[in-house]
Amino acid sequence: MEQTMVNQAGFPILSCLIFLPLLGVAALLLVRRTNESLIRMVALITSIAGFLLSLPLFTSFDKTTYAMQFVEKQAWIPAWNINYHLGLDGISIMFVLLTTLVTILCVLISWNSVKMKTKEFYISILVVESAIIGVFCSLDFFLFYIFWEAMLIPMYLLIGVWGGPNRVYAAVKFFLYTLVGSVLMLVGIIVLYLYSGRNFNIVELASKVYPYDMQIWLFWAFFAAFAVKVPMFPVHTWLPDAHTEAPTAGSVILAAVLIKMGAYGFLRFSLPILPDASRAMTPVMMTLSVIAIIYGGIICLAQTDLKRLIAYSSVSHMGFVTLGIFALNTQGMEGGILQMLNHGIVTGGLFLGVGAIYDRTHTRQISDYGGVASVMPVYAAIFIVFTFASIGLPATNGFVGEFLILLGGFKASQLAGVLSASGIIIGAGYMLWLYQRVFFMETGQKVAGLKDVDFREMAALIPMVVLIFWIGIYPEAVMGFMHESVRHLLERVNDGSANGTSLTKNVMEIMK
Amino acid sequence: MPFLMPDLGPVMPELVMTVLALFILMADLVIKRKETVALLSIAGTAGVVMLLPGALGTTFNGMVLSDGYSMFFKFIFLLNVILTVLISIKYLSIERVNFGEYYALILFSTIGMMLMASAGDLIVLYLGLELMALSTYVLAGFIRYDIRSNEASLKYFLLGAFASGFLLYGISLIYGLTGTTDIRMIAGYLGRGGFSGNPMLIISMVFFAVAFSFKIAAVPFHMWAPDAYEGAPTSVTAFMSVGPKAAGFAVLGRVFLTAFGSMQADWSIILIPIAILTMGVGNIVALSQTNIKRMLAYSSIAHAGYALLGIIAGTQDGVASVMLYMLVYAFMNIGAFGVIIMLRSENFKGDNISDFEGLAKNHPLAAALMLIFMFSLTGIPPTAGFMGKFYLFMSAINAGYLGVVIIAVIFSAISAYFYLRIVMLMYMKEPKGEIVLSTSPALGLALAITLIFVLFIGVAPSIFLDLAKAAAATF
Repeated sequence: MEQTMVNQAGFPILSCLIFLPLLGVAALLLVRRTNESLIRMVALITSIAGFLLSLPLFTSFDKTTYAMQFVEKQAWIPAWNINYHLGLDGISIMFVLLTTLVTILCVLISWNSVKMKTKEFYISILVVESAIIGVFCSLDFFLFYIFWEAMLIPMYLLIGVWGGPNRVYAAVKFFLYTLVGSVLMLVGIIVLYLYSGRNFNIVELASKVYPYDMQIWLFWAFFAAFAVKVPMFPVHTWLPDAHTEAPTAGSVILAAVLIKMGAYGFLRFSLPILPDASRAMTPVMMTLSVIAIIYGGIICLAQTDLKRLIAYSSVSHMGFVTLGIFALNTQGMEGGILQMLNHGIVTGGLFLGVGAIYDRTHTRQISDYGGVASVMPVYAAIFIVFTFASIGLPATNGFVGEFLILLGGFKASQLAGVLSASGIIIGAGYMLWLYQRVFFMETGQKVAGLKDVDFREMAALIPMVVLIFWIGIYPEAVMGFMHESVRHLLERVNDGSANGTSLTKNVMEIMK
Repeated sequence: MPFLMPDLGPVMPELVMTVLALFILMADLVIKRKETVALLSIAGTAGVVMLLPGALGTTFNGMVLSDGYSMFFKFIFLLNVILTVLISIKYLSIERVNFGEYYALILFSTIGMMLMASAGDLIVLYLGLELMALSTYVLAGFIRYDIRSNEASLKYFLLGAFASGFLLYGISLIYGLTGTTDIRMIAGYLGRGGFSGNPMLIISMVFFAVAFSFKIAAVPFHMWAPDAYEGAPTSVTAFMSVGPKAAGFAVLGRVFLTAFGSMQADWSIILIPIAILTMGVGNIVALSQTNIKRMLAYSSIAHAGYALLGIIAGTQDGVASVMLYMLVYAFMNIGAFGVIIMLRSENFKGDNISDFEGLAKNHPLAAALMLIFMFSLTGIPPTAGFMGKFYLFMSAINAGYLGVVIIAVIFSAISAYFYLRIVMLMYMKEPKGEIVLSTSPALGLALAITLIFVLFIGVAPSIFLDLAKAAAATF
């Protein structure tokens, strides 16, 4: 058994990233629950420490290789050939960084708005952080599944305990949708594991060839889990409820990183492990993506609830992501990955912004607002940046991502490209209309006399603004990380069975 | 013919256990403080655990097979005794039934289970089963002034007696067919082949399946379980949801995989529908329960369905997965019952699901414990419940039962709804009134043990997994 704990960072950095939040949880358990300011401080310090610890990933990542980096490998359950196996490549690294950043912002934005069961709240946030980082770092399918499922528990609590009026319904719906998808994937994982000679190693699984029938079967088993998480049409219905009812921090985590896990799943598992099935299923996936783009956009136009509108816009934007990924060409896939990141930044920012104003007015009804720009000018300026980025205006990150996706989409299917381009127009429609109704027009009753954003809220919102322009003006800053990995992945998908060691075992042995 | 003393080594744990039970029965007459009796039972049982590894071998002309398989199950039974006694001490005095016989009956019942696990002969198996069952009937009716407890006892007894009848009928048929009641000789006789489709053998296997299904509470022979679980004292419910069930699986494995090992194609047709029905009925009916003991009864039925997958798989992995699952189930289920017992106080019954409303507000620790046990019962990582289920599903898929496993995971997802309901009520509702928890050091210890193992097996299952695999290898 080869065991590696040393990597270019000089220490097991990924383990530290996963377990640091849990250390914070342990510290929180020791704090008296009445001492709320200390609880918040501990959570903030933990999240900032996590972010600082993740920065070396950014600086010492080797962009010239697709190989896994920062690898750690330890035998974990030898009887099942399961390893504690972590590593990052160009596809996953950005999401780890995004997770550590978003956690800080979540702690900041919840500073005053969470007044009940404060201790449990911050424990849940930190456990979610740990699990999500684990998902993006795992190179062992079993380990991946553990993190993937473990994330459900704190997320269920976040929505259900600190959410809006209809929170219980939303939390249960979120949990059950995700769980049904996940257990089907588990069956797929076990089949794959047994077929490949009891192997959970993702890198090795992605270098073998599986019978076509089995690939198709597994593709749908994985689809059940990933499509629910993305969420793709028609299994998206949990998302508007969960996003709307969750507390601000919960919505931000959901939008910024959690739903990225679904698209990440396609990239990490479906495409490289099941290349032939992925190619065969491209028309289906692109159709579902286009439906999500247009349908999600049109539904947005009819929303009266701020958070619900942004939630549906996520359905539309994630449609772009899956469209780009399943275009199966360089532009589409790089655009898709970039757009995952962008959507995390922009929609995370939008939810942070909505949270900031919700704390003041305690209403999510768009009709209750109006004229916010005149009482909160700074806030209005920040929000317009998020709005433009969401629409995809040039100089914002949204433009780069959507442009690449459309380019890739056109190359794969002209019809899909044309149809999804209309999604951008619908997007401009509902976002600008939303901005108009909330920030301009007559000053609403509940809006009059509101104080502008304070320093703490600025600290939560400004990082997103910076990222929007940074990626918008110099996208290579993040895209440079993914070129090699994407190239390698596309080679694998498009060559399919041509390269890879063939397994001779008869499929009937396992599928009887 | 000279009298040859059989080798008593392999039955030493059972012998010591019997002495212990008799001693407790006597000690109860002179010791006034019943807590002392309880502590003596725990200490004695812990001593018997130490004897287990040394007591391997076959004795009484093959009537007792003390192998790794039975040793693992005996470990579960003894663990069940220790945990049950720990959660009982305070509870019995609240229910005002603090009598020493309680502990003696638990010990006698456990001796029965131990005999079942190492039975090499159907007669020994029957003896063990009756000893276990009769003691448990009495325990179920232990709160004699409570009509529900009486009802539980009577129902359990009547249906259990039927099950015994079926078992005896099955034994007599197999004796008529093979001329022996020795499990390994039956296996050898049937292994010669030519019995596929033999009506007498099939009827006999059906009778065995019926009898054991009663014991593990598998559908459609589960009717007694909800009433018995609800009416019995909560500590006894915890005891009988783990012990007799594990014992049922021990004999199920022994009889179907050893004696009928060559007939797997025939009996899997009997067991697969039972498993699917058990998971279905257990999980779906649990959704609509209002009493938490009743809900856990249906949950216990459902878990029997999952565990049946391991037996159906019929492989070494399958056997090991059933063993691991029974161990995991012991920890998480007794843990859950421990929290329920904590809610019971002098003037508060605390066994309605709605009684858990708002528990997290004033008793965050108790709520957090219940949360972990509920998620473990659902099978969400990183808890032991997930590892157990994973192993069961894996061995069943490996044996070619992919379709059954897909059904199982869907039902397992459905089960999340009723387990989550408890979590939802504890964390997302406001308390209706002041809940006073009746804690005690013993109960705290039991909860600590169960919690630690639920998390430990969830994160690092290797130790118990390897034990289960090694034990299954001797099977």
